[in-house]
Amino acid sequence: MTITLYIPCFIDLIYPQVGIAMVRILEKLGHRVECPESPACCGQPAFNTGYWDESRATAVKVLQQLKDAEVVVIASGSCGAMIKVFYPDLFAGTPQEGLARQVSAKCFEFSQFLVDKLGVTDLGARFPHKVTYHDGCHSLREMHIHAAPRQLMARVHGLELVEMKQTVCCGFGGTFSAKFPMISTAMGEVKCELALETGAEYIVSSDSSCLMHIQGLIDRRRQPLKTIHLAEILAPA
Amino acid sequence: MSASASQFKRDAVRLTADLRHRSLIQTALGNYEVKRDEKKALFQDYDGARQLAAEIKWEAINRLDRHLDQFVRGLEARGTKVHWATTARQACDIIVGIARSKSARSIVKSKAMTAEEIHLNRALEQAGFEVVESDLGEFIVQLRDEPPYHIVFPAMHLTRGEIQRTFKDKLHDAPSDNPEALTLVARRVLRQKYIHADIGLTGANFAVAETGMISVTENEGNARLTAALPKTMITLLGIEKIVPRLDDLALLLPMLATVGAGQLISGYNTLYGGPRQPGETDGPEEFHVVLLDNNRTALLANAEQRDALHCIRCGSCLNVCPIYRHVGGHTYATTYPGPIGGVITPNLRGLQDWKHLSYSSSLCGACTEACPVKIDLAHHLLQNRRNASRRKPSWWQKIAFKLFAPVANGRIPWMLVTKGGRFGQRFHGLIRGTPIDPAYCWTRTRDVPRIAKQSFKEWWRETRK
Amino acid sequence: MNEREQILARIREALTVPAPVPGSQDGRARRDGLPTSADQRRVLPAVGDSFDARASLFAKNAADLRAQFKLLANSSDLAAELKRLAAAEQWDRVASHRGALTDPACAALGLPVLLTDEPYDKTDLERCPAGLSACDALVAQTGSVLVTSRGAGGRALSVLPPHHVVLARRDQLVADLPEAFALLRSKYGADYPSMISFITGPSRTGDIERILVLGAHGPRQLTILCY
Repeated sequence: MTITLYIPCFIDLIYPQVGIAMVRILEKLGHRVECPESPACCGQPAFNTGYWDESRATAVKVLQQLKDAEVVVIASGSCGAMIKVFYPDLFAGTPQEGLARQVSAKCFEFSQFLVDKLGVTDLGARFPHKVTYHDGCHSLREMHIHAAPRQLMARVHGLELVEMKQTVCCGFGGTFSAKFPMISTAMGEVKCELALETGAEYIVSSDSSCLMHIQGLIDRRRQPLKTIHLAEILAPA
Repeated sequence: MSASASQFKRDAVRLTADLRHRSLIQTALGNYEVKRDEKKALFQDYDGARQLAAEIKWEAINRLDRHLDQFVRGLEARGTKVHWATTARQACDIIVGIARSKSARSIVKSKAMTAEEIHLNRALEQAGFEVVESDLGEFIVQLRDEPPYHIVFPAMHLTRGEIQRTFKDKLHDAPSDNPEALTLVARRVLRQKYIHADIGLTGANFAVAETGMISVTENEGNARLTAALPKTMITLLGIEKIVPRLDDLALLLPMLATVGAGQLISGYNTLYGGPRQPGETDGPEEFHVVLLDNNRTALLANAEQRDALHCIRCGSCLNVCPIYRHVGGHTYATTYPGPIGGVITPNLRGLQDWKHLSYSSSLCGACTEACPVKIDLAHHLLQNRRNASRRKPSWWQKIAFKLFAPVANGRIPWMLVTKGGRFGQRFHGLIRGTPIDPAYCWTRTRDVPRIAKQSFKEWWRETRK
Repeated sequence: MNEREQILARIREALTVPAPVPGSQDGRARRDGLPTSADQRRVLPAVGDSFDARASLFAKNAADLRAQFKLLANSSDLAAELKRLAAAEQWDRVASHRGALTDPACAALGLPVLLTDEPYDKTDLERCPAGLSACDALVAQTGSVLVTSRGAGGRALSVLPPHHVVLARRDQLVADLPEAFALLRSKYGADYPSMISFITGPSRTGDIERILVLGAHGPRQLTILCY
């Protein structure tokens, strides 16, 4: 099939390797990958802050970009939730309501797409390290993704997964990290402690925005941890 | 920013850095989680139970007029005096009025968050009545002149040493810091209060419409004593406490106990349907029920958020909320903290003054997941943000978001951001982490990631030519 | 319009706009009417069908709650157990009420009895080391004792004395809370006692550092003697 890849702004700017890994994985599985050349922000910052009119002004371009796609894979759980779960609310009562529902229905987060849509769990990947997995809150609680990343990691050669003893928000929360930095930081510190307790070398996630916040804390505090996106582990060598 | 929002931020800064506080709360809530999960596992279908509970409260709230009417008629048929109060002030006046009419001197009180909400103790004390909190946690914070820290565990934030010091100062009786010894001190003091109090004041967890009874949940027995010994009993409750039938409690009482305190059921669950009836030899001669609105009808009219009135005040959303764990109950500076507080306080006390409680959330959704009656808590926080911004937009944020669309969505502007970002980042190091850094809110405690040498779209354009 | 009229009017006005049922599809409730006892039983903790299973569950719950539960063969064993307790705790008097179970129990004890189903003085009750009461039911699912102000000597007897002793018959053991509420409805119909209480364990608090302490205000000890 032809898969349209939606690349959020922070993947484009800061973690292009995540998008590149996804392209390589999907192409290796024999699919054609499309990606709109023009940038388009999903509109979550304005939406979360309560400025829904302004959010729609941004989001409407995403709808236009994706309206003719056969299927859409979104390279982040949090933008995934925005498009799949919140667009119908955002566009309710507007002329784009129908289009928003239509686009929402054909969107998937990356790990969810591989496991639930393509039925693939074994990508022949190799990553001989001890890792722990961070579930981004939007992935976990808005998109209900929990098993898929774990099924994928279970088939990675040499990977040892140790779960953190508590599932809790890392504290990024988008604009929350800037509006309430002290709470955001405290929450991130707890997350790093939980990860360190597992003895893992890597924190893996499907949400680069969470990892950006966690890595920022790890670097500042010089802790013996690294963050990596799930797609980077799964990508062909 | 409102005065309460600035104070919230100041308190949050202080408490998030207080590692002793962080550790205390993590331990307390960690223990709760273990017990909660044990009890949840005993349910044959806990998620099914949540759905049934949600339906019960939906029926209660969406036919509130009918159920309230039945509730009141049932109470009045057996001699209860029912009073209705639109405002907090009216409720206080009614209760002060009852106390005056009884020439009461001392009042013993069991736990009632609704009484905190209307500042009832202050009104009674100003009118010259002695009010003694009988719930141990409330008794302790009352001695310390503090508000309760948590709706279920009022003294969660205190150590035994602090409590011992308080008893020593205020009661002159604190032989040791052993919790059992301290509890015995409180028991001794309070026993006399129950016996000699003129009025017993309680809250209610539920109001059963079918049989005209209030239902009071507790573990200590202090509410049982408050409702048994004084000659006059007054119960204050919000109009949203209604449940349609007695049988509904067979589900709600175990759920309340399970997620509220990790218990199968609380120690005492008691239904009161009137004053002392013919043939009964004790209990109050007079029973008054005060029904409080205090803007609940406004929240009721907000159909999108009406389910916030389904709340059974279990506290489980507080217990799972990472923000609550870090800033603590007092930082919210209002009766109902945590996620439920973030949802209802802007509705009950003013959107613009209290919207910061809806903003101070990472929207992780743990609250929605935890709520035993399936209130859509996290989404309501988002809706409060939307409503607040619509009614009173912040001009600079509106402009910033208006500019965001063409920048984030335009090829050339985004290219400028990308290249400009790479360029600027080389010099950012000079001011990074200092107060003149525009990204200071981030860089004060975190490093910034490097902007990639080649963006994804640049790679895409290059490799797909 | 008085306050009551105004509040009810505001409620009716508010409810003209419908709100969807949480967690349901299409905004409609999943069923017609409210959950039945059968619905509740499908989700609540399971309870066995036989007396033995229920008694065993009750015993387990009572033990977890630090209540003493003793299943005895007959009423004379019960009297013996009571006498043993009275001696061990050195009761000089008890509080109780008249009834089929309490009358022979009080007679067997031979101690001065303060009856709370006659007018009594609160301070006299406060001095009693133990309160003996009957109950309306024992609930296996939760380990609860169901008492009412009509069947258990008023409101204070089962909560003021530091040791509450409950006398029950085997046939009073019910499976679960739905059954207990059904019992209340059929027994008291339209004339309920003014107080109905589910007592589950002795009085407890965790308000100081979450450490469990028994006997915060209500009884420190709860003993259930059943034959």
